[in-house]
Amino acid sequence: MSFVTFFVLAALAVGSAVGLLVRRNPIHGALFLVVNLGTIAALFLTLRAEFLAAVQVIVYAGAIAVLFVFAIMVLIPGKEETGPDPLRGQRLLTVPVVTLLLVLLALVLGSGTFQGPAKPPLAGGTEAVGRVLFTEYLFPFEVTSVLLLVAIVGVMALTKRRA
Amino acid sequence: MVPESYYVALSAVLFSMGVLGVLIRRDPLVIFMSIELMLNAANLALVALGQRHGTTDGQALVFFVMCVAAAEVAVGLAIIVAIFRLRRRLSVDELSTLRG
Repeated sequence: MSFVTFFVLAALAVGSAVGLLVRRNPIHGALFLVVNLGTIAALFLTLRAEFLAAVQVIVYAGAIAVLFVFAIMVLIPGKEETGPDPLRGQRLLTVPVVTLLLVLLALVLGSGTFQGPAKPPLAGGTEAVGRVLFTEYLFPFEVTSVLLLVAIVGVMALTKRRA
Repeated sequence: MVPESYYVALSAVLFSMGVLGVLIRRDPLVIFMSIELMLNAANLALVALGQRHGTTDGQALVFFVMCVAAAEVAVGLAIIVAIFRLRRRLSVDELSTLRG
């Protein structure tokens, strides 16, 4: 049963990623991205990371996807990728290069990461994540708030219309 | 229970597709979405490997990655909007100088 769930979710994730790559209209790409982020959230659930699944839906599928759709609506692109491709030769090279990257990743991951028995699954779930966030990772957690503040100020400075 | 190596393999495939998107697309918005794809693939691998090693450190790291991704998307989209106001066109091939 869990295998069926995994393969259905994996097919959805890969299919939506392909959709994002091949559709010319960026709004279709954004909708495919939402599907992809949702399937990743479901995969987090199957890995028993309930907290991250919830955060994924709220932050990614909620905030970030809406931000993308807003930007697309503001800019109304969609006709930019027509016309002759100035870098056609380089783009033809990408597929073999990415295939090479995938082979390298498979070699590295297959060379010992998954040897040996797996540890027993964790107990605690969300509570354990909260505990580790507020004890061991307290300083990075606080730095995150500064990062978000810098991002807010930076966005306001960037988008302010100069008179 | 599905072995964690399946999740990591899926994450490698998704990451490669994100790289492909960054390389073949010309629209900066789609390139940004492909970067999100790569970040999500990395998150999936972190959670799967954290489960395998029986720690929550992977999940804590994913939480920070999500925060950084949120900040990155906000700033990146603001930069794209600013470039669009300046140029009225959006194609990364034409944006080869850092000067306005």
